[in-house]
Amino acid sequence: MQSTTLILLLTFMAVAAFYFGRRRSLATVGGPGHRMDLHSLPGYYGYYVAIWCALPALLLLSAWLFMEPRLVVALVVQGLPESYASLASGELDLLVNNIQNLASGDVVSIEVDPELQAAAAMFNDYIGKSRQMLAGLALGVAVLGGALAWRRIQPDLRARNRVEKVIRLLLIAASSIAIFTTIGIVLSVLFEAILFFRKVPVSEFLFGLTWSPQTAIRADQVGSSGSFGAVPLFTGTLLITAIAMFVAVPVGLMTAIYLAEYSSSRVRGIAKPLLEVLAGIPTVVYGFFAALTVAPWIRQFGESVGLAVASESALAAGVVMGIMIIPLVSSLSDDAINAVPAAMRDGALGLGSTRSETMKKVILPAALPGIVGGILLAVSRAIGETMIVVMAAGLSANLTANPFEAVTTVTVQIVTLLVGDQEFDSAKTLAAFALGLMLFVVTLCLNVIGLSVVRKYREQYE
Amino acid sequence: MGNKLTTSEIVAAGLARRRRKETTFRLLGILATAVGVLFLGVFFATLIAKGASAFKQTFVQLEITLDAEVIAPGGEIDLEYADFDGLVRTALRSRFPDAKSRADRRELYRLISVGAGYQLRDLVASNPDLIGAKQSLWVPASSDVDMLLKGNIDASVEEALRTMSDKQIAWVESLENSGEIRSEFNDALFGNGDSRDPELAGIKGAVMGSFYMLLVTIALSFPIGVAAAIYLEEFAPKNRWSDLIEVNINNLAAVPSIVFGLLGLAVFINWMSLPRSAPVVGGLVLTLLTLPVIIIASRASIQAVPPSIREAALGLGASSTQVVFHHVLPLAMPGMLTGAIIGMSRALGESAPLLMIGMVAFIVDVPGGFTDPATALPVQIYLWADSPERAFAERTSAAIIVLLGFLLLMNLAAVIIRKRMERKW
Repeated sequence: MQSTTLILLLTFMAVAAFYFGRRRSLATVGGPGHRMDLHSLPGYYGYYVAIWCALPALLLLSAWLFMEPRLVVALVVQGLPESYASLASGELDLLVNNIQNLASGDVVSIEVDPELQAAAAMFNDYIGKSRQMLAGLALGVAVLGGALAWRRIQPDLRARNRVEKVIRLLLIAASSIAIFTTIGIVLSVLFEAILFFRKVPVSEFLFGLTWSPQTAIRADQVGSSGSFGAVPLFTGTLLITAIAMFVAVPVGLMTAIYLAEYSSSRVRGIAKPLLEVLAGIPTVVYGFFAALTVAPWIRQFGESVGLAVASESALAAGVVMGIMIIPLVSSLSDDAINAVPAAMRDGALGLGSTRSETMKKVILPAALPGIVGGILLAVSRAIGETMIVVMAAGLSANLTANPFEAVTTVTVQIVTLLVGDQEFDSAKTLAAFALGLMLFVVTLCLNVIGLSVVRKYREQYE
Repeated sequence: MGNKLTTSEIVAAGLARRRRKETTFRLLGILATAVGVLFLGVFFATLIAKGASAFKQTFVQLEITLDAEVIAPGGEIDLEYADFDGLVRTALRSRFPDAKSRADRRELYRLISVGAGYQLRDLVASNPDLIGAKQSLWVPASSDVDMLLKGNIDASVEEALRTMSDKQIAWVESLENSGEIRSEFNDALFGNGDSRDPELAGIKGAVMGSFYMLLVTIALSFPIGVAAAIYLEEFAPKNRWSDLIEVNINNLAAVPSIVFGLLGLAVFINWMSLPRSAPVVGGLVLTLLTLPVIIIASRASIQAVPPSIREAALGLGASSTQVVFHHVLPLAMPGMLTGAIIGMSRALGESAPLLMIGMVAFIVDVPGGFTDPATALPVQIYLWADSPERAFAERTSAAIIVLLGFLLLMNLAAVIIRKRMERKW
């Protein structure tokens, strides 16, 4: 039986359980006229039975589906003839993969011999049996749970409290998914990164000056070791981030100042939503614009003044990224400026300073922590931005500070190392996770500092 | 005494300078605002200028004889192996008898898309009675012809430097003069999956992939997000654990999206061995990505429900769970929906994490389910943007216009929901 059919069936049973539970609760007190004798509303008895019917069965189902592939593979491997017993784990994985493909009727990468055929048949057989068992067990658990709950219905059963307890537990589970996501990120990145650092020392990764992750297929080829010095990636990331900040911070800040202090409400009503649009454009679209429109412009401009500009320059990616970040900087600065008490502004104006003097000498210094926090968040955003740099910044790991040259960034390398076929035991693939770890740690620090500064500052004037 | 300036004189002396500074500062502000708005203008102008032409496609009229000998060699119709391309070529040769040499003919064949053969096959499959008859058909021209007619190939440059030879251009002109070439709405762009041939490439596969992915995302992230927001706002005790969850959510909202891709690769694909390139995995990753957005928006809208509502319900004997589900939730729903739509529009535009979980594959078939290999619309844009052909640049812009159109619709929906259902307390 398909698991979707099983889930549908369970849903149907839960609905039926609700109906029966509700009816029984009314029956125990002698009809709807006496419903006031029940501890809870009749519907809660229905939910109570439905929960006992569906929840254990669904838990069983998910646990089973999680364990099934592992168990079946182990059984199939055990059943393989002697000749396969000596295979290394990698070869065994490949073999298992092929058996699975053969079982589902997909293309197989090795010659099909009768033994493999038999293993595939066995695989299908086990899966079929497992599904039958699962269906039987899940439906049994559902019926059993429902029946037990149904029997326990009495007028003084505190059905509402029990149902609400389950709801509360579900709510807690939902809110802890955020924690599990973080743990998942940390663990998945950390494990692979540790594997990587076993092959490549941390010091070489952090301080090495050459990045060429291409490892050769044969051991005796030139450059077979690859070299994993990530410094060019860090400088490339910093260069592009610096360019982006060079665009985004002054423009974003001045925009926020103008819209908060100078513009008429009409201009603000038009300009603000327009700038919000900038924040809503997908990054891949910015990347396309950077690579196919801005980069050629910059190159033409460079040629006309006699500068050599690479077709994938740090400048194009950085400028476009800066424009993307303008709304972020301007809205966070706007918050910070608006949080400064009106009394300070009025005081400065009352003493005869012009509006720009009020802004520069009173409001901005007061709002500075908030603005800096916002800029930190913007920096973290720029460091983690992927699509623009993948499309416009290039792949060559140059150690340079020249914005007209092509540089590469941490995110670009993660993408290039992981797109396409991967093997999880090569340093090349694992390097992506080490870079991911760096990226996560750095952006996390920036975010934590930025968010706490912004929040602390907001509270200061409240 | 006389040479000492009074305060008002000092102020008056500096006034001109201060006013000048004031004006400069103001102008800088205007300039900064203009930069953003101007960029937006330039951006949309170039996008439309580049992409608008992709909605049209060039077709060529050919007199094609559906030769029974070719289509049904032994009396049986052979749809799989019959040489439909050959029929198109025969028709081309009879239209341009002057192409005699092999090189000329090869150039001639390049005027027509390989899609013409498929079109013939589909025609015969749906209507076998046509076999043996002579048909006048509009078949898609190759992308080179398309680009020439859209003005993207300059006929005045040296022959060796352009993709079309002088002869080809002459043939196209002759077709043009006799009215055998026309430009029609580009059905292929919306009806086909991806293709190596620009004139046959479409976004349907990518749109469907995005659709399945967003379906998974909304089905998971909305209930989970709302539940988490309810717990944090209404039930969570003020303790370390709640603080931890709160800090976590705020941080997750700012974690680079590519890191979620790494998580998806390591957990969903490697550890849980879910299928690669499948919308269901993309949907799971995007769920984790959009959850913080939805939780934050939902919390804000729960906070906006005045406490008096809760107190009134509690006072009438409702339990705290009943208060939340019967009163707070319905009142906070518009805000939550708006947050969900905004989260979805972020998910729709996201591409970096999808690259990690293998949704960048070249996939021709339109996906028909949650586990079929698929790409997403933004990833398709990324793939096409990498293609060197001129015609793909045009199609990339068109795909971007479609993507932005979807995003616009979603945001409009969010605005409308907010305006319609918003309550002022």
